[in-house]
Amino acid sequence: MENLIALLIGAPLLGAAVLLLGGRRLDKAGHWIGTLLAAVSFVIGLALFADMLGRSADDRALYQRLYTWIPVEGFQADIAFQLDQLSMTFVLLISGVGTLIHVYSIGYMEHDERRRRFFGYLNLFVAAMLLLVLADNYLLLYFGWEGVGLASYLLIGFWQHKPSAATAAKKAFLVNRVGDMGLSIAIMIMFTTFGTFAFGPVLGATGETSEGKLTAIGLMLLLAACGKSAQVPLQSWLGDAMEGPTPVSALIHAATMVTAGVYLIVRSADIFNAAPDAQLVVVVVGAVTLLFGAIVGCAKDDIKKALAGSTMSQIGYMILAAGLGPIGYVFAIMHLVTHGFFKAGLFLGAGSVMHGMNDEVDMRKYGGLRKYMPVTFVTFGLGYLAIIGFPGLSGFFSKDKIIEAAFAKGGTEGWILGSVTLLGAAITAYYMTRVMLMTFFGEKRWQPDAEGHEPHPHESPRSMTLPMILLAFGSVFAGGLFSIGDRFVKWLEPVTSFEHGHPPISAGAITSATVAVMVVGVGIAYLQYGRRPVPVVAPRGSLLTRAARRDLLQDDFNHAVFVRGGTHLTRSLVYVDHTLVDGVVNGTAASVGGLSGRLRKLQNGYARSYAVSMFGGTAVLIAATLLMRAV
Amino acid sequence: MNPVNYLYLSALLFTIGAAGVLIRRNAIVVFMCVELMLNACNLAFVTFSRMHGNLDGQIIAFFTMVVAAAEVVVGLAIIVSVFRARHSASVDDASLMKL
Repeated sequence: MENLIALLIGAPLLGAAVLLLGGRRLDKAGHWIGTLLAAVSFVIGLALFADMLGRSADDRALYQRLYTWIPVEGFQADIAFQLDQLSMTFVLLISGVGTLIHVYSIGYMEHDERRRRFFGYLNLFVAAMLLLVLADNYLLLYFGWEGVGLASYLLIGFWQHKPSAATAAKKAFLVNRVGDMGLSIAIMIMFTTFGTFAFGPVLGATGETSEGKLTAIGLMLLLAACGKSAQVPLQSWLGDAMEGPTPVSALIHAATMVTAGVYLIVRSADIFNAAPDAQLVVVVVGAVTLLFGAIVGCAKDDIKKALAGSTMSQIGYMILAAGLGPIGYVFAIMHLVTHGFFKAGLFLGAGSVMHGMNDEVDMRKYGGLRKYMPVTFVTFGLGYLAIIGFPGLSGFFSKDKIIEAAFAKGGTEGWILGSVTLLGAAITAYYMTRVMLMTFFGEKRWQPDAEGHEPHPHESPRSMTLPMILLAFGSVFAGGLFSIGDRFVKWLEPVTSFEHGHPPISAGAITSATVAVMVVGVGIAYLQYGRRPVPVVAPRGSLLTRAARRDLLQDDFNHAVFVRGGTHLTRSLVYVDHTLVDGVVNGTAASVGGLSGRLRKLQNGYARSYAVSMFGGTAVLIAATLLMRAV
Repeated sequence: MNPVNYLYLSALLFTIGAAGVLIRRNAIVVFMCVELMLNACNLAFVTFSRMHGNLDGQIIAFFTMVVAAAEVVVGLAIIVSVFRARHSASVDDASLMKL
């Protein structure tokens, strides 16, 4: 069975190679090839999953070693895969949601003449993401990590003729680079400390390593996670990444790639367990981001950017859970999977709305769409109920567990984290209700576009609605399926370790509180956007609203600190270079030149003056000789 | 007679020759002064030979004479050809070899 692991990655990789190298003759069939190969990967994943279920819990991991990548004495880098329960969860999520989004893209990208290339990039992404989660060592993981970064860059900038898309792609690439630097430094520290990159030896040896080193590794891994998962302070790229085609936002920037940071932290659980300081920073980053993203999500009128803020916030929940230690790892992954379903569904719904509305993204110009797009309305609505944590749907189970785990952290810290997660849940309910009401309810507010075309909202084709329906099923049932009988906990426990958290107040009380804050959030949003008509032009808003529309001034901050600071730094370096370094070099040259100009005057052509020099020199030599002898 | 006196004479002749080289402009005279210095050296060699009681100095004096003879041949030839070309035997006129 283990020989199939390479095929998981191989199928989409082959698709990417064929589609990108095949040229125009594949234009007609390209999307089918891409979708088929993604589906092949999913089917292999299912086969491996069935096989894995057939074995006992401790014997489920499979290993496949392909070959040694860099065979150097004392530096062994293998191309080797590890498929355990954690990787399996990701494989099914990536290839399953990936396949659905391939299907969706067939309809969504129908009129794009570069559709073949789009599918090539999507396949490349799926292959790189699978490599990331299947690698059995950090170096190979890094390879996959960079691969998904590349695919993300190519897909954000897919409509590169739009300057905004090209800029957004560059921004995502550059911000990610900061995080990637963290990962590479973490790997270097690992190598000097443990002498290897493989998960087994590194994570097994954390007991004998000094806490300082583990904290350093943990913080660098967190930096990497912040970059890839758009966590504060490296969050600024995710909003702009929405410039990419909507299926890309759904697959890469909601369901899979942005959760790679959570995977990295959960995979490195042993390091974080042994480094409480690093763990604390993880929790703080998660808590800050979950509020940050939620606040940004409240103010955006662009439907995709509102959802992007929401993604940031939900990943904040996961990172927070991952920072709680063994009481949280399982729930971080569980929320990741349910989030993968409902957020991908929401994005696909948003794409479907845009598809019917001449690519309009401003929610103030939607309104009343539920009559025109019933399937989109229902699937989007189920995703909406799931994300706000409506009892019985996916998000309810997974988010509630995280809130319980946050309270169970204990002490003041537990109370603070618990309150933050509850507040986050209320804001989530608020902004998602806002999106829902502005898009599907109220009066129709759409207007003719610049060329005078009145939008004619219509339901999207079958290839787009089918994936939305399937994801809606996932949004509704996944949480219950995982939680009943603690199935998900038992499934992941052998890999991530698990402890039952004991919150200071009863679980029932927390659940009631979660539901209560959700109702409050929905209620406020209803009062603001359901009872009153929504103005087409955004009102000026409070100071906070205006700041949140500018992503809480993240770009202004980056501009002031890094761009301006960097400019000043380079200018002063250039100044030092011109004055000091060039001064020394040019000064030496000038003084040597001047001196030789003087010296050459001695060469005057008069034989008698040469004779004087000779006699003088001889006299000096003789005098020196005599002097030396006398001494 | 004390041989040291010959050394004094030798030093005197050498000084006259050196001064002549430095002061005089006429190439022939400069040339003669060089010869004078060579012969002052020869005198010193011979004197040392006598003082130390061996023949080394005398042999070197012969070598010097041979070298001096060769030098005279080449040197005079150069001076004559310079004189033919420039109608002057002044060493200061031949000052083209400079930057």
